[in-house]
Amino acid sequence: MMLGGVFHAAVLFLVAAGLQLVFGVQKIVNLACGSFYALGAYFAITSVSIATSLGLPGVAFLPVLLLAGLAIGLVGLPVERLLRTVYRRDESHQLLLTFGLLLVFQDVLRFFWGATPRTLDNAYLAYGTAEVLGVRVPTYNLLVIAASIAIAVTLGLFLQRTRTGRIIRATAENREMSEGLGVNSNRVFAAVFTVGCMLGTVGGALVVPASAASLEMAVELVVEAFAVVVIGGLGSMRGAIAGALIVGLIRAVAIMVLPEAEILSIYLVVILALILRPAGLFGKAVA
Amino acid sequence: MSAPHIVESAAVPAAAPPATWNSGLWAFLVILVAMAGLPFFASTYTLTLMVPFFGLAIALLGFNLLFGYTGLLSFGHAMFLGIGAYTAAVMTSKLGILSFELILLASIAAATIVAIPVGFLCVRYTRIFFGMLTLAFGMLFHSILYKFYGLTGGDQGMRVLRPLLFGMEGEGGKTAFLTGPFYYYALGLLAVLGLVMWRIVQSPFGLHLQAIRENAQKASYLGVRVTRMRLAAFVISGIYGGIGGAILAITVGLADPEIVYWTQSGNLVFMAVLGGSGAFAGPVVGSLAFVMLQDAVMSQTQYWRFVMGSVLIILVIFFPGGLSGIASTVLSRFKRGS
Repeated sequence: MMLGGVFHAAVLFLVAAGLQLVFGVQKIVNLACGSFYALGAYFAITSVSIATSLGLPGVAFLPVLLLAGLAIGLVGLPVERLLRTVYRRDESHQLLLTFGLLLVFQDVLRFFWGATPRTLDNAYLAYGTAEVLGVRVPTYNLLVIAASIAIAVTLGLFLQRTRTGRIIRATAENREMSEGLGVNSNRVFAAVFTVGCMLGTVGGALVVPASAASLEMAVELVVEAFAVVVIGGLGSMRGAIAGALIVGLIRAVAIMVLPEAEILSIYLVVILALILRPAGLFGKAVA
Repeated sequence: MSAPHIVESAAVPAAAPPATWNSGLWAFLVILVAMAGLPFFASTYTLTLMVPFFGLAIALLGFNLLFGYTGLLSFGHAMFLGIGAYTAAVMTSKLGILSFELILLASIAAATIVAIPVGFLCVRYTRIFFGMLTLAFGMLFHSILYKFYGLTGGDQGMRVLRPLLFGMEGEGGKTAFLTGPFYYYALGLLAVLGLVMWRIVQSPFGLHLQAIRENAQKASYLGVRVTRMRLAAFVISGIYGGIGGAILAITVGLADPEIVYWTQSGNLVFMAVLGGSGAFAGPVVGSLAFVMLQDAVMSQTQYWRFVMGSVLIILVIFFPGGLSGIASTVLSRFKRGS
């Protein structure tokens, strides 16, 4: 039961990390992050069905899903070009532009994949179950949790240890200053947004064998990702991890104790977090 | 070194000069007169489309007080539409009270009761935090409506019965009621509430709000009680939302949780920006344009979200002032030319 919560947290973390990265550097709250998640999910279904028709064994599904998520994440590049027009504008414009994108993407998905929800059970079953601490759990869930942790560690090391990571952090701190030092901030922004987008699409691709892909998943996820970000603190990677775990576990507990309050409890915690600690667990103080 | 950056553009259009303010009132009055004359030549279908517009326009007048005048972007304002809608549903189908005047009073009361504590918690924050907190409250309300089946009917919603206007029962079927007496009743409400809002934004209180939007810190040095003023704006906008929601629910005949989902709040922001959020008549123009555009696109294609989203994107990038921004640009060019 708790594992279900952690699995959900692992996927939520990926999307929320994308949101955090983009907010941290570009100062944009991306309402379209849910669209990337849904796009990843649908594209993953198509990719797996192609892989199956090519005769790939069921065990190869996870790499296929990861690759599909990464590939479709490149859609972030053109989207970033669009967002570039509003970086220096009021937040309401940024929110509205990404809200417009959310609407557009929803119909793009409908056009390519239709309105009926799609599932991908065979991938889930292909991995069977494993026994952890005396409980039988789906191996697929464990693998996704492991993949999510690996991505988190890689991302953290990349941002902390590499030169490019330092440039990204410098740009996030002070764009003008880093430009003065010769950083091409346009390129940094394009790269960061695309990586943020990929985190979302990979999240969507990984979740789809365990649940279904539907047109509503985008708008539903946006509020959950928001909840994670608010609880953890806007712009903080550690916050994304903590927030995702809290939201994932609250859901798991609520489903057991009082199913009606599943979603309710998340928003209650969000409101509580905003009132008690508006900056979030790991956020910087509110200006 | 790097390519020239994006041209700076005014975020929310700066406070319009007094001349434009009056033109805002004129634009509002022109719309009212046009709507009053519409039943004489428009089709029944167009008229049934206009009643929801009246409800939305009222809600947006309130929303604009918060967003356009005070500078607080709520992403949960649809909550108040829901409060009005569910008040109408509970009154008519559970309590058997059909008087629309009482429904309006109850909606106002319910919106006030919710707006005061929620607003008290929300207005301490600004910008993105205000937006997220209002979003969270809106979704909290949504999940209550959605999950507590016995109380609210869950996703089935609750029926809203036809109300009595001034204690009188309308003749004929539902359509005749909506396009006849209720049409004029809702239009009358829009007129009254619009003029009240005009008084509000022209009053010292309205000027305080604009001062807060421009620079909250300076305003507070000048003795403006920032938090209290923001709260007052929040409550007033909530009441307008409640009244608008009651009208919407009567039109549809149903109150369901969809009306408070966060995308509905997004649509409200869309309408405000479409019309021009800094201008008085902007939201009214915006909701009219939105209703007509959505109807036109939905009749043409099932991919109406794509079209609406694209319109929104183009609007935000190229015409951040909305329709009233375009109109005032055209007008000023015209004046300069003559």
